[in-house]
Amino acid sequence: MSTQNAPLLTVDNLVVEYPSKKFRAKPFRALTDINITIGQGETLGLVGESGSGKTTLGRAVLGLAPVTAGKITFEGKDISHATRKQRRTLSRDLQVVFQDPYTSLNPALEIGDILAEPLGVQGMSPAEAKKRVKELLDQVGLPADALHRLPREFSGGQRQRVAIARALALSPKLIVCDEPVSALDLSTQARVLDLFLQIQKDTGVSYLFVSHDLDVVRHISHRVAVMYHGEIVEQGPAEIVTRDPEHPYTQRLLLASPVPDPDRQEQRRADRHRLLESQRHQIEQAGALA
Amino acid sequence: MSDSVETAAVAAPVATGQSGTVVRSTVMRRLIRNPMGIASLAILGSIALLAIFAPVLAPFEENFANITKTLAPADSVNILGTDSAGRDTWSRLLFGAQLTLLSALLCAGVAIAIGLPAGLIAGYYAGKFEAVSNWVVSILMSLPGLIVLLTIRAAFGPSVWISMIAFGVLISPSYFRLTRTAVQSVRNELYVDAARVSGLSDWSIIARHIFSVVRAPIIIQTAAIAGVAIAIQSGLEFLGLGDPTKATWGVMLSEGFKNVYLTPTLLLWPALAMALTIGGLVLLGNAIRDALEDGEKIKHRKKRAASSATGARPTAGPAVARPSRKSVAAVDAGTEHHLVKVTNLGVGYPQADGTIKKVVDDVSFHVDRGEILGIVGESGSGKSQTAFSILGLLPDNARIVGGAIQFDGNYTVAPGDERVNQARLSKLRGKRISYIPQEPMSNLDPAFTIGYQLVTPMVRVLGISKEEARRRALKLLTDVGIASPERTFSAYPHEVSGGMAQRVLIAGAISCEPDLVIADEPTTALDVTVQADVLDLLRELQQRLNIGVVLVTHNFGVVADLCDRVAVMQNGRLVEEGSVRDILRNPKEQYTRTLLASMLEGKTPMSMLVSSQKEPVA
Repeated sequence: MSTQNAPLLTVDNLVVEYPSKKFRAKPFRALTDINITIGQGETLGLVGESGSGKTTLGRAVLGLAPVTAGKITFEGKDISHATRKQRRTLSRDLQVVFQDPYTSLNPALEIGDILAEPLGVQGMSPAEAKKRVKELLDQVGLPADALHRLPREFSGGQRQRVAIARALALSPKLIVCDEPVSALDLSTQARVLDLFLQIQKDTGVSYLFVSHDLDVVRHISHRVAVMYHGEIVEQGPAEIVTRDPEHPYTQRLLLASPVPDPDRQEQRRADRHRLLESQRHQIEQAGALA
Repeated sequence: MSDSVETAAVAAPVATGQSGTVVRSTVMRRLIRNPMGIASLAILGSIALLAIFAPVLAPFEENFANITKTLAPADSVNILGTDSAGRDTWSRLLFGAQLTLLSALLCAGVAIAIGLPAGLIAGYYAGKFEAVSNWVVSILMSLPGLIVLLTIRAAFGPSVWISMIAFGVLISPSYFRLTRTAVQSVRNELYVDAARVSGLSDWSIIARHIFSVVRAPIIIQTAAIAGVAIAIQSGLEFLGLGDPTKATWGVMLSEGFKNVYLTPTLLLWPALAMALTIGGLVLLGNAIRDALEDGEKIKHRKKRAASSATGARPTAGPAVARPSRKSVAAVDAGTEHHLVKVTNLGVGYPQADGTIKKVVDDVSFHVDRGEILGIVGESGSGKSQTAFSILGLLPDNARIVGGAIQFDGNYTVAPGDERVNQARLSKLRGKRISYIPQEPMSNLDPAFTIGYQLVTPMVRVLGISKEEARRRALKLLTDVGIASPERTFSAYPHEVSGGMAQRVLIAGAISCEPDLVIADEPTTALDVTVQADVLDLLRELQQRLNIGVVLVTHNFGVVADLCDRVAVMQNGRLVEEGSVRDILRNPKEQYTRTLLASMLEGKTPMSMLVSSQKEPVA
């Protein structure tokens, strides 16, 4: 976590708009004025509800969403409108793990082929690629015989390991993780989170970690940004944002997540109702003033 | 009664927990095992072999004429006789097979060469190319095929090849549409996105990731198209538009028809060859489609001999309203007061090899009125299957392999029953047992308004008027915390948010004043803040209406929030059951402890959660 150096990724005043299907209608604005930075070896957690734009931000960084305005800088280079050719170079340093391990792996390809794909694109020879694939399987804790098996023969957690291995194949500097554990079971989620942490410790990779779950984000992030309706409403060190948030939405989010003990949960429930009540009051007062 | 209890005991499996494996077979093996597949493969294979070895097998040249021996019957030299020019029918049939099959292949080849790449490009890039190609396709499809072929014949002469190329062009839209639709469905799959991030060029993405999706439908389509091509080509030649210097089945057919009164067998042989080939192609296409469809036909297991335990085979009907000793076995004394009691339940699925894969084994629990039981477990633990067997909503091929379920003092699954008794349950479902699903959006019909979907069940189940049902529905929508019930009432499902849709489904679940609600992961698909609201709603309604709830979930936070008692399931078995405080604070079983240890709440950030314990990979 060396933020004093030049950051790995900088996003300045990013706006993403999708053209509306209707004729001459106003385009749909998915992201408004987003500013984030990620340093080397750092994890930025991105938390928000569905439709808040957190996935879109990840996709914009990857070049899968249209950048309407603003700038995305990766290692000092502007990549807001990178061509496919530039992307191919970029893919060595910038990778992705998607949410759904069932649709992010081509069901018709063997695990070995899936993992060798990014290596082949970079011009690695098949023999070298095979060696690297074996290393990768080992790194994510999959057996070597997984090489010639199809994705459907693996459980959700194992598939997510394959997806992580694919992202790691080129030893990238930044991995965009789009809800990588939300489709997984509780104990599997814990193991996959461990894997993410271990990989970061070993390789010094940075993560842009998108999740709807504040507990997950708190566990894995150095810094946390909270998104609400396409904007970042709060940003700061994980410990502060996830324990003592300032923005009303983050406060609601924090108290909404239930804890696994009936009595403490009852307490939290009461706290939550009190918070909602006081926020309602504030809004009413603001309305009365205005 | 004692009979049926024994039955249950006999049926109880030796293996515990989930047992048996999912058995699948490869496409090729399934194709060969299918009588239709093997027969069509055999027919087409032998015809192809005959065609390939025609020069060796045929005793004469295709146009060798022995004018001294016209229209001869079969003998040792001309084994199928000769035609009006004294040519050997057998030899012409063999050479005809060569030409006919090749021209059919040419037609399919041309159609694929045009339709497949165009479909791939149109499906993947969409945009202008798609718009233009759609126009071209529409024009091609509106052309009258036979007339175009006749025109081409007039312009270019009677060549089989030219007419088949033309027909291939005419029929290419069928490949185009097939391919485009298949590509559109995978264009936005995540693995395609992942390939884009890897920097793969579009062509590699299409070749590696997209083409595999269209392969199977193309093969099936080709079988059908080749059949059509043979029929069309023979039809043209039958009309006398073929090339008389070449032996094809169509030319032979035409020749046979001219002499149908003299030697009817001349018509028979080419007709038979065509029928076999076209029929074989159609059957092969069907067989491949059957083989590719994942759902295998599994033979019904023979009814267990033991089900002769007649006491347990009720004759449906009134048992629910008035328990009659004759029609349904009485539940064990002293358990009638439980709202639901599940005893040693086992659920299994018959597999292709005749074994049964068990997904629920020996599960017992009960729920009383006004009580919330949480069933916790990971995916594949059998928790949903258990809940669905209470509802009687198991898939058709599921079997109850042991145990019983009773609801309010009557069996819905009596000991020894193989399936859930739908006659008894359909009287309960909706009225006394209702269901809150996991995916609110996919459980509302997008074609009807929310109001309609709330009113109809009430009119049916409660027998009240539409006006009354409408009044109640609006009240229910207010009860579940919807701010503008009138507007939601007349809205379509896509016009409301996920949390709102779940409130609507909860309103629907309580609309007929049930005694028991089965909630299958009711908040999993919702945002955390919305989840908290829905949990509040469920708690408030449950306390007000004093209903029993079975809450299936994987989230211990939800359990702590709502449940009175918890049952933990793993691999189809009940691991541990007890009050919510006991289970969450002092779990006895290792599995429960592992699950609780995986919770992130209260853990040191960035610490390893489970990896210190040596465990198998997830």
